[in-house]
Amino acid sequence: MTAIAQLGAAAAASPSAAAADRLYPLRRALETLGAPLAALLLAAAAFAVLLAALGKSPADFCALLWKGAFGTWFSWQNTLQRAAPLLLTALCVAVPAQLGLVIIGGEGALALGGLAATVAALPLVGAWTPFVQITMAIAGFAAGGLWIGITGLLRARRGVNETVASLVLSYIGIALFNHLVEGPLRDPASLNKPSTWGIGDANMIGPVPGTELHPGLAVGVIACVLCWVLIFRTSTGFAARVTGGNLRAAQLQGLPVARLIVLACMLGGGFAGLAGMMEVAAVNGRANASLLAGYGYSGILIAFLARHNPLAIIPMAVLLGGVGAAGGLLQRRMDLPDATVVVLQGFIFIAILASETLYGRFAWFQPRGKA
Amino acid sequence: MLNRRSLLQGATAGGAALALGGALRPRAARAGTLTIGFIYVGPKDDYGYNQAHAEAAAKLKTMPGIKIVEEEKVPETDDVEKTMQSMIELDGATLLFPTSFGYFDPYMLRVAKKYPKIQFRHCGGLWQKDKHPLNTGSYFGYIGMGQYLNGMAAGYASKSKKLGFVAAKPIPQVLLNINSFTLGARAVDPSITTQVIFTGDWSMPVKEAEATNSLADQGVDCVTMHVDGPKVVVQTAAGRSMYVCGYHADQSRLAPQKYLTGAEWDWITVYRMFVTDMQGGSPLPNFVRGGLAEHFVKMSPYGPAVTEAARKHIDAVKAEMMKGGFAVIKGPLRDNKGAAVVAAGTAYPETAIQLESMNYLVEGVVGSIS
Repeated sequence: MTAIAQLGAAAAASPSAAAADRLYPLRRALETLGAPLAALLLAAAAFAVLLAALGKSPADFCALLWKGAFGTWFSWQNTLQRAAPLLLTALCVAVPAQLGLVIIGGEGALALGGLAATVAALPLVGAWTPFVQITMAIAGFAAGGLWIGITGLLRARRGVNETVASLVLSYIGIALFNHLVEGPLRDPASLNKPSTWGIGDANMIGPVPGTELHPGLAVGVIACVLCWVLIFRTSTGFAARVTGGNLRAAQLQGLPVARLIVLACMLGGGFAGLAGMMEVAAVNGRANASLLAGYGYSGILIAFLARHNPLAIIPMAVLLGGVGAAGGLLQRRMDLPDATVVVLQGFIFIAILASETLYGRFAWFQPRGKA
Repeated sequence: MLNRRSLLQGATAGGAALALGGALRPRAARAGTLTIGFIYVGPKDDYGYNQAHAEAAAKLKTMPGIKIVEEEKVPETDDVEKTMQSMIELDGATLLFPTSFGYFDPYMLRVAKKYPKIQFRHCGGLWQKDKHPLNTGSYFGYIGMGQYLNGMAAGYASKSKKLGFVAAKPIPQVLLNINSFTLGARAVDPSITTQVIFTGDWSMPVKEAEATNSLADQGVDCVTMHVDGPKVVVQTAAGRSMYVCGYHADQSRLAPQKYLTGAEWDWITVYRMFVTDMQGGSPLPNFVRGGLAEHFVKMSPYGPAVTEAARKHIDAVKAEMMKGGFAVIKGPLRDNKGAAVVAAGTAYPETAIQLESMNYLVEGVVGSIS
């Protein structure tokens, strides 16, 4: 880690341009906030045109979207519950992305994490509950981390394309999951919906009193904040970003690039595995096909929307959670097809990705004075 | 790409959302109107499981004093909990029909405990009196005999004496259908065999097409299926000049010349019964099941390829079934590994509990469970 330490010291010692322009950090924050907001408005406008062309009222659509996502306490809880697993699966993409890696295999890591957590709990049914839950969390994190870690290892040691490797490993992971759930680990009582044995009601993580929200949301938020600190406030994170910026330069600096790649992949995969554990411990109580709900894939979308910034993942997950929460209401009240919200998500995705080009275009946001 | 006009449009839309969001209150159920929620796991027009329910829901709409809210493509995860709650909280639904098998445990049970005044009836036959809340219940049909009649039609139509079955998962319900189909065909001609292919999941269109094609390549000339959406199998089979027997709903429109007949659900019988009870203020039954005789299941009209002799024979057997007590699974019966599974003199009518843990394929089925 010496190279990393040197880097950290160098970064701390160097006089920064920001010192000369005290308002620059504020304007930079405004820019990072303004660009996605503008993109969202643009997406909303484009979608309104589409609705009008279909003969549906965009105003009704917006009203129902609001009502279904944030309009009532029930809607808020619905939105936040949907956002909870997405926070963690988005980190599976965002953390390795700091090194310039595009990891899209979160779904498999989530499934295996959930399965490992269940398997770890099975021999412990009846033991002290917090001990069981912590064991489950560790098992889930480890399984997810191991799975994406393999991708990292292949990338670091053999130069295998990490995107393809993670996707293919995800398919293998899901196949392994299905094989075990429908075969050796199947509870014979689960006749028509193959599932593993349950972890027992006593070991389930209950909702926060007075709400329907399970602690997975808090775990997700804390994980996002910790990742932000790791990436932007530690020298290891800085080393990772240097590697992401220019691999050759990082190697010349003597940064442990291979180790960073594997670590980032393991950390990201661990979060996806943890999401699987939370789904088992707080929602399903056992591992079965309900774990394969596409959270891993939605996480990719959210990480890109958040431009791989862990703090930005939180609002983006809430936004997409809200769109998902309102989807049913829109279908029922406006007689719109199920795909409507997917189209809206597509509009948002394209608009926010396109808004990347806005960064640095406006001089007002740039540092002023002499650097 | 970003100009003032698009910004203004976006701002207008966003503003409208904020303004209207506050104004829109939960819609109170109109007095005397019964709001019923239907939840489907796939698309309403899948020519299959979901369409069978949606067709019945559409018929319900014609009854007075009823409002139907429907949501399709709701996965068997806690998503369905949210959908149920949303229908109750935001639409004022008081009777819910979550139609997919995997919705029951734990999702529907959890919501039912939270809303004891709302009635939940689940399609699948899982409800148990001492285990589950009283505001929940099950309804299901015995469709095995429909597959038996399908098998008879296939037995008459087949020239190669090789039939095919595209199945999702080797669970008891599906195995009963495969066995019934095979026994029906072998009642016509004992030399007939059924090649079964499991796709692994309820909706795997690509694998279903591959399976159908591979059956055609093996010389199979008539197929049926137990998957959520039979459309792919029906179209692929007709494209390969195979006869086809339908399942879940009527697929004759997809293959007018090749469609023999089909085992269909007739859910309106059940739904009308529940709704009439609800409107009359009487308690809803918790557990209802029925087959052909109870009009829970019906057969598609015969296609042009079903001969007069076949129609007569099938109609005669069907009339026997309509009397009640008919047993498809009866001894002596061997599985396809040669082991005796039902002793001579034992017969299991469709209501027999033993059929619900079926774990074998009968003699004449080519394929294995594991």
